Amino acid sequence: MTHIKPKFAMYWAASCGGCEIAVLNTHEKILDVDANFDVVFWPVAMDAKYKDVEAMEDCSILLTLFNGGMRNDENEHIAKLLRQKSKILVAFGSCACEGCIPGLANLSPVGEIVHTAFNTITTDNPHEIYPRTTFDVPEGELHIPKLSKILRPLDQVVDVDYYMPGCPPESHQIAAVIDLVIDALHGRVNLPPKGSVIGVGNSTVCDECPRARNIKMIKAFKRIQDIAPVDPTLCILEQGVPCNGPATRSGCNARCPQAGAQCIGCYGPAEGVMDYGARLITAFSSVIDANTSEEIDRILDGIPDPTGQVYRFNLAGSLLKASQTAWKVK
Amino acid sequence: MPDNNFEPTIIGFTCNWCSYRAADLAGTARMKYAPNVRLVRMMCSGRLDPTFVLRALSSGADGIMITGCHPGECHYIEQNYKALRRFLLLRRVLKGMGIEPERVKLVWASAAEGARFASETTAFVEEIRKLGSLNWGKADDGPQTVDHVESSVVNRPSSELEVTA
Repeated sequence: MTHIKPKFAMYWAASCGGCEIAVLNTHEKILDVDANFDVVFWPVAMDAKYKDVEAMEDCSILLTLFNGGMRNDENEHIAKLLRQKSKILVAFGSCACEGCIPGLANLSPVGEIVHTAFNTITTDNPHEIYPRTTFDVPEGELHIPKLSKILRPLDQVVDVDYYMPGCPPESHQIAAVIDLVIDALHGRVNLPPKGSVIGVGNSTVCDECPRARNIKMIKAFKRIQDIAPVDPTLCILEQGVPCNGPATRSGCNARCPQAGAQCIGCYGPAEGVMDYGARLITAFSSVIDANTSEEIDRILDGIPDPTGQVYRFNLAGSLLKASQTAWKVK
Repeated sequence: MPDNNFEPTIIGFTCNWCSYRAADLAGTARMKYAPNVRLVRMMCSGRLDPTFVLRALSSGADGIMITGCHPGECHYIEQNYKALRRFLLLRRVLKGMGIEPERVKLVWASAAEGARFASETTAFVEEIRKLGSLNWGKADDGPQTVDHVESSVVNRPSSELEVTA
């Protein structure tokens, strides 16, 4: 008698594909996925049709790793469909958890985004041709997805069981999560409580960072390329470069600071942080060595894009979610 | 056009040692000031986590008033300077989100300055009344998708959008 393997799915919505690469980067661990799961839907890796998923029984997929944010109605449709068909739905990667870089588009109204993509200096479009959402051809009507006003993380559209942040999640963390699910399948461990952030640490990047921290006080913010040489052992924020480590969840072994670059915050808010940007505002403010408005403002001028700096990966998942101009599109 | 019936909702943060006592003094002295502000007492303006401000704005507040002891007079020596730094960075971040920076105000008021507290509050309420309701996220109630072709035509180039080499 053939053993029936539990089913596995992976989907990408508004994302870059890096999460899929990170899964492949688990090397031979991917064979464990194949040995323990029946991969039923994974558009990047194998051919499948949406109607095949629609035909599945509800909750028949054991584990779905969903990466990417909700940028259009197709993304939302598949998110709802996979929620219905999956027992465990994991928001996989920064885009699904908190919007990530595509979420920065929430600073602009959708018309501006389309206009920039199709009709600025980077795109030669003299006849101002824009893609239509519907088009009649002799064979019938063709559709392309309609854009949403703002990009949403997965949990703003459907119920999410677990979160796995990272841009992309580190491969050793993915491997650990695959092991965890396989162990749970065999009854060796219990799954963590619903809503848990998995494959991460519970502290901040600073906690994993080996650089020395003293009393941090700075007179100017600088870009990292403007300080030379970067001290390889001293805290990067203390050297005046806005480093997002103090607000960012641990789990990556402080990769960027160890390589000589500032943390950009791809692992999202640390445990207990309600708003990532607010935590960073506090962290950056605490190092400013000035007590008068004029002097503080002069130091803050060293951060050219404060909103983008403190919400680089988290804008769509923040308390405000999007800029006023993006919300108010009719 | 501003709505004449609009009553701003203001969340005010006061410190235990100066500005809360200023508000208290304004009350006991029966000074009149705009009733739009809801005060939250903290031990110190340095306790003000920017999260409080963002939470209030995203939950329907139209303006935020942060108050504390005058510079150099903080009960905890220098925490009000921390509040000042956070406030200045927070305003920059809010500007990037399309929120008028004037919606968040910082006022220093000592325990003796009940009159100042009252007049600053009234002035702030009038400023916010002019700015109008913030109504954060209410546009979200409408349709979630937009015809991007139409809206990209409507929003046709503002010069800021042009990429120049």
